Amino acid sequence: MSDPLFSKKHLKLLTDPLNSSNPITVQVLGICSALAVTAQLKPAVVMALSVMAVLAFANVIISLLRNTIPNRIRIIVQLVVIAALVILVDQVLKAYVYDVSKQLSVFVGLIITNCILMGRLEAFALGNRPWPSFLDGIGNGAGYSVILIIVGFFRELFGSGTLWGFRIIPESWYITNGGFYANNGMMILPPMALIVIGIIIWVQRMRNRKLIEE
Amino acid sequence: MENLFNIFVKSIFIENMVFAYFLGMCSFLAVSKSVKTATGLGVAVIFVLGITVPVDYLLENYVLKEGALAWLNPSFASVDLSFLSFIMFIAVIASMVQLVEMIVEKFAPVLYNQLGIFLPLIAVNCAILGGSLFMQQKEFLNIAEATTYGVGSGFGWFLAIVGVAAIREKLQYSNVPAPLRGLGITFIVTGLMGLAFMGFMGIKL
Repeated sequence: MSDPLFSKKHLKLLTDPLNSSNPITVQVLGICSALAVTAQLKPAVVMALSVMAVLAFANVIISLLRNTIPNRIRIIVQLVVIAALVILVDQVLKAYVYDVSKQLSVFVGLIITNCILMGRLEAFALGNRPWPSFLDGIGNGAGYSVILIIVGFFRELFGSGTLWGFRIIPESWYITNGGFYANNGMMILPPMALIVIGIIIWVQRMRNRKLIEE
Repeated sequence: MENLFNIFVKSIFIENMVFAYFLGMCSFLAVSKSVKTATGLGVAVIFVLGITVPVDYLLENYVLKEGALAWLNPSFASVDLSFLSFIMFIAVIASMVQLVEMIVEKFAPVLYNQLGIFLPLIAVNCAILGGSLFMQQKEFLNIAEATTYGVGSGFGWFLAIVGVAAIREKLQYSNVPAPLRGLGITFIVTGLMGLAFMGFMGIKL
């Protein structure tokens, strides 16, 4: 009855969330953090990794407990598991990447109420074995990361001319140095994150017509 | 008084939960299809934020903060429980939402029927936890300021969701490119509204 570790069914759990059931652009889960931390690439990547870690382990824990949790109090049990994992991640970030942790400010704490977590726990981990749940967590975390990294890439490149803090657009191009180029300051402002995601959804649905809403 | 008024205006317009911090986007996008339901959820959010922020303020200042336990016994002055704040805040929010639900059901059944499913959903609305976490960062001086901040940011969220819901109702008559329909155009509309709200940022209070 048990499938091999990486059977086709299991691989699908990993690859589906990357495109046709992407947590952000299709399931519309976990938007808040996706928008707020993406002004630069580095916090976006750190955030993406944190969410992936919390999601995978919360999925495994809830999946292990799924037969013992009484149905009526499952929400609070899920919240406690998630909150404990987030505290761990927060302490690790504070210890090893303090500057990024300062930049992310309240958004690490807000992973707790990130709807991807509750959504996946309710929809998947409560009804599946630990290993598929782990893969589902990694897959959905990766789908979330892809969008975060794309948005962070464009916002940092056009907003400040750098990537990961390194200068990409040469200093000599700027108007102040006698060149022709100026940063698009709007890119680092919050509303542009919404518009960039709107455009990503547009491009994705043009390529994948099945996702178009009526 | 002046100070309270400043906090109120600031939390509605300048630091709007939706447009400046993107908090509560999930329910914001899911529920903004019609003005009526949007109003219901907006009122519920004002209500819950107005209760949980002051409660979490008391918790933060008398239990969690470094030295906050000194009122119990001077020897506790060096205890710092602030690493527990996430789990405590979310527990307060979940139980408060439950409590509010029961109170509203008992004393205002009409409102309860209108809010319906939205009340329990608020427990996982990030605007609520966000309100408490920002309260922690801002280090308000007294509970009146914290309450004002809670109600103000709830009101800002209410304005945002009702505004977007109204635009989305009108959008149904527009010819939007097929791949943008629904979710895509909502994102862009919210972005444009956010740009408009940025006009308030220059105001110094």
